[in-house]
Amino acid sequence: MLDLFKIAIRNLLRYSRRTILTASLIAIGVMFVLVFSAASGSFKSLMIGQITDSLMGHIQIHKKGYVSSLESLPLNLGLPHKTSVKIDEMLARSKEIEASSPRIKFGALFSNFVESTNIRLNGVYPDREFKTVPLLSSRISKGKKSIQKGEILIPALLERGMKVKIGDSIVVVATNKEGSVNGKQFVVAGVLDGITGPGGRDGYIHIDDAVELLRLPETEISEIVIRLKDFSRLNIVLNDITGQLQKTFQKDGKFPLEIHTWEDLSPFFNISLMIDIMTFFIKIMLVALVLISVLNVMIMAVYERIREIGTMAALGTPPSKILSLFMLEGLSLGVLGTVLGGVVGAVILWILNIAKITYNFGQSKGLVLSVSVDLTELAVISLIVILVSVIATLEPAFKASRMKPIEALRHV
Amino acid sequence: MSLIVAENVKKDYRMGEVVVQAIRGVSFEIGPASFVSFIGPSGSGKTTLLNLIGCIDTPTSGTLSVAGTNIAELDRRRSAAFRGSNIGFIFQDFNLIPVLTARENIEYPLLMVTHISPKERRKRVADLLEAVGMKEQADKRPDQLSGGQKQRVAIARALVSEPKVVLADEPTANLDSKTAHSVIELMKAMRDKSRTTFIFSTHDQKLSDVVERLFTIEDGLLKA
Repeated sequence: MLDLFKIAIRNLLRYSRRTILTASLIAIGVMFVLVFSAASGSFKSLMIGQITDSLMGHIQIHKKGYVSSLESLPLNLGLPHKTSVKIDEMLARSKEIEASSPRIKFGALFSNFVESTNIRLNGVYPDREFKTVPLLSSRISKGKKSIQKGEILIPALLERGMKVKIGDSIVVVATNKEGSVNGKQFVVAGVLDGITGPGGRDGYIHIDDAVELLRLPETEISEIVIRLKDFSRLNIVLNDITGQLQKTFQKDGKFPLEIHTWEDLSPFFNISLMIDIMTFFIKIMLVALVLISVLNVMIMAVYERIREIGTMAALGTPPSKILSLFMLEGLSLGVLGTVLGGVVGAVILWILNIAKITYNFGQSKGLVLSVSVDLTELAVISLIVILVSVIATLEPAFKASRMKPIEALRHV
Repeated sequence: MSLIVAENVKKDYRMGEVVVQAIRGVSFEIGPASFVSFIGPSGSGKTTLLNLIGCIDTPTSGTLSVAGTNIAELDRRRSAAFRGSNIGFIFQDFNLIPVLTARENIEYPLLMVTHISPKERRKRVADLLEAVGMKEQADKRPDQLSGGQKQRVAIARALVSEPKVVLADEPTANLDSKTAHSVIELMKAMRDKSRTTFIFSTHDQKLSDVVERLFTIEDGLLKA
């Protein structure tokens, strides 16, 4: 085997230009796939992280029908106090859940005593909210990273548009579900940078203030946001929670709740799906590239060496060894290209990381592209390329091994 | 007992629509440690006959046994194994493997075909390099060797597996007369040393002068 390998390598070196050309072609393919999937993967996970960690959490629970009328932030589709407490207790028992945060969401009028505009507000328990969406505090660009009663966090757009500063008093006026209007004075405690996606331009107040403002007889929760300990177990936990909630709340075949993952709620999920599909097609292109280039080289190699194959066969080399010889050549070519592409790709990724390339995505500005070589991805790509090289070699190698020595020797 | 026995061996080739009778019924016997040649004009069938003896072709009819084996009965894999252990080849164009050095070319049949210990293998290769006078050039690749040197390596390669028969198809055709002469001398010396039968096909007078027996072949038939 070692000797076959030696011959295979020397044959590759013998046509060094062709070998380098083919290996470079494979390498370029591997490199592109590696860099593309690392960059898109980093973009994807960053965006998903932004969306889930600063806004949406991983899973949300609403009263049935809430999500379809999400835009109007309906107050009549809240979870009754008893229900939300029960859900809270259940979530607290689960080992999969890192934190959860109930929110009262409503639309209101925001006035700085000179002019007014509309604002969407979340009434939250600050501690639970910051635990459930940990990146929220990093979005607070000015002011303090907490909310006390009587304080409000306002989105940056409002800060600019209404010319309010930290510490200013403002008034929030809201209509409750009975239709009566109530107003309450708040102090601007902080300014939030907006991010892309629904709810990315919302303000925050303490939940008790929301209850007071809306004159709710008891806390009525619009949504419960859940953060998992392990994001990769999203669907397992979703099923688990759904099952438990169904057991508790389902009556007469009617289930009064709806449970969604961030994927259902954020339009970014479709973008991320598209990125995955693109990566997949780029991989298919890589496979085609490797297949064609290796096949081409190996067909040439067999054709050029027919007499040599005849000699080997005449000397008594068993067909299996001739097959192995060419298979090893194709394999080595694939490995060479993969290693070359892997190294170059890793260097490019390293440079990209050092360069700290920033990009904007909608409201999110100055996001740093932090690419990293995903070892599983690298292993998968390498495996695919090497496997495809071997497959591409199969036909020519088989042809070589089946050659009749007498015909091969006669070949000019 | 004869090493090679041919009885009414015929070989037909199909060239498109036409059937060419390359060998039209030959019978002969060749004993061990012989030094014999088939001689005849090109197209007479001498290469075909050599290919048959060398087990890289099978007769259309008749029986041909080499070292007691009826070669028609061997399948592809077994005939490869049979060639590997019983037959050595020397080609007109030397047919060395270009990516291997002289030493590795000689070693090749031992690695690919038979299985002997590395120590024994190295000894045999070293002995043969010495015997064919290629010790100095052992680590050169074929493209760094002259025609005569290549043929010396090829002779060593043909002998390394200690075959019973070495077949040499026009071994001197691509060599100048001086080199051809020394190559012939070498083959004869090797025959004396190893007691291997050498069978040639040639129309080279120098070679036909030194062989012990000459089979003249014309139009696929042996002439008495």
